[in-house]
Amino acid sequence: MTAGATEKAAGEITTHAVRCADLTYRFGAHTAVDHVDLNIAPGEMFGLLGPNGAGKTTTIRMLTTLLKPATGTVSVFGIDAAAHPMQVRRPIGYVPQMLSADANLTGLENVELFARLFDVPRKTRKDRVAAALTAMGLSEAATRLAGTFSGGMIRRLELAQALVNAPRLLVLDEPTVGLDPIARGDVWDYIERLRAEHQMTVLMTTHYMDEADAYCHRVSLMHRGGIRATGRPADLRAGLGDGATLDDVFRHYTGDTLDNAPEEGGIRDVRRARRTARRLG
Amino acid sequence: MTSAAPVAPPAAWDSPIVAARRLASRVGTLCWVEVRKIRHDRTELYTRAIQPVLWLLIFGETFTHLHTIPMPKGTSYLAYIAPGILAQSALFIAIFYGIQIIWERDAGVLTKLMVTPTPRSALISGKAFAAGVRSLVQGVVIVIFAAILGVALTTNPLKLLAAAVILVLGSAFFSCLSMSIAGLALARDRLMGIGQAITMPLFFSSSALYPTYLMPGWLQAISKVNPLTYQVEALRGLLIGWPTTLWLDTVVLVGATVVSITCASLLLPRLANR
Repeated sequence: MTAGATEKAAGEITTHAVRCADLTYRFGAHTAVDHVDLNIAPGEMFGLLGPNGAGKTTTIRMLTTLLKPATGTVSVFGIDAAAHPMQVRRPIGYVPQMLSADANLTGLENVELFARLFDVPRKTRKDRVAAALTAMGLSEAATRLAGTFSGGMIRRLELAQALVNAPRLLVLDEPTVGLDPIARGDVWDYIERLRAEHQMTVLMTTHYMDEADAYCHRVSLMHRGGIRATGRPADLRAGLGDGATLDDVFRHYTGDTLDNAPEEGGIRDVRRARRTARRLG
Repeated sequence: MTSAAPVAPPAAWDSPIVAARRLASRVGTLCWVEVRKIRHDRTELYTRAIQPVLWLLIFGETFTHLHTIPMPKGTSYLAYIAPGILAQSALFIAIFYGIQIIWERDAGVLTKLMVTPTPRSALISGKAFAAGVRSLVQGVVIVIFAAILGVALTTNPLKLLAAAVILVLGSAFFSCLSMSIAGLALARDRLMGIGQAITMPLFFSSSALYPTYLMPGWLQAISKVNPLTYQVEALRGLLIGWPTTLWLDTVVLVGATVVSITCASLLLPRLANR
């Protein structure tokens, strides 16, 4: 099964929230993203899956205008990200991989900062900030410094920051890394509810195959900078027969398992590295 | 599969008025953040006040009594160095601002800020003037202490306001210098070393502690290209009525700030994508 065939099986997309065409990025001699073609429909929950070093975050960084593609194009709601970065950023809500709230500001101030940076009008700013905090269940903790928040609370605070400008596209880079299973479940429930309520498009990267299987409408499997397969998780699994998991699908398309090749960024290596990073604060 | 054709950006987006309003809005927002942080934690405000207070109290008082540096009649050495210590305090705050931006990068905060509709130059300008806000708060403490020690500072509100502007401009320049170095050094440890290596030479090659005509020729040449000299001279002229060319001091500071904002903005993606 090819990526293109899978997409056709999932239905023809006529309007794209995100469109990557022949997207390539190189760090020196290393090709981090290798001729990636990707189309995401509005309202879709789309997962970009793969181990560390697969090129997921680099793809996201090009999409969010942090990096300019070496070749190819990436557009968001039809606007070229390299040519018009300011316009592309406006409808995007972005949650990076790292827990990244400003510890020296309160929860409320953290969200208000982003409301101001997204030019939320002064008249509605207070209500929008309060609504974003309420949606994330942080009303009571809003006046506490973010430095006193737990990991799960900071992730929800980041979601509130990302949502305060009512984005059309929510980009989540490994949103549940570093969270305990209960917090992970909570975060997904929040994201899914918000997506359904506001008809947002959600693009997320993850290496938790179970989460992608449960929450994503479609996924792309990335390996060594390229996309190896795209489709609905159920379709990808069904293609391999009964009882197949997304891990099996990944192994089928890449000839590798997510647990292998730590020097290439295997999944165990990712988890070990992130545990170390958390210990070091 | 049908591809969506790229949409032209709204024409109003790039108009100078919109750009100027956005710049003012972002600078205001990042200054607001700085004020909130100072309100939440004033420890740094108190600890940073110790050094300038010691300079005024020990160095200033001692050299006033020693009369080793000739002063015009009616001007004490303490009054002469008070504006210099004010500029020094702002320099010490601003020169380590690059460390903060590296910390923000390491914590993921910088990436998030760069995905907002904020031009790189507006982000840098905002941080530069936020450094100015912090220096201003610190400056109030030093001015009050200098007045307690008997330094006859101006009470003219316009001159005080102009001194505040000069202090903010100087802080903006040095914080952008620091953020530019951060864009080259990329690591906190390296920046800390570079910051320590350049801070004292900047201070001693300016007119903060002694008039430039007392310096050897080579140091006078360095002093003339050191923006701290112009900041000190402007503050001295405004606060204690020392003769200076205020327009030249202001032009040099504004020019240096614009150049440093440009450099730091150009180096910001290098820092963020590291």
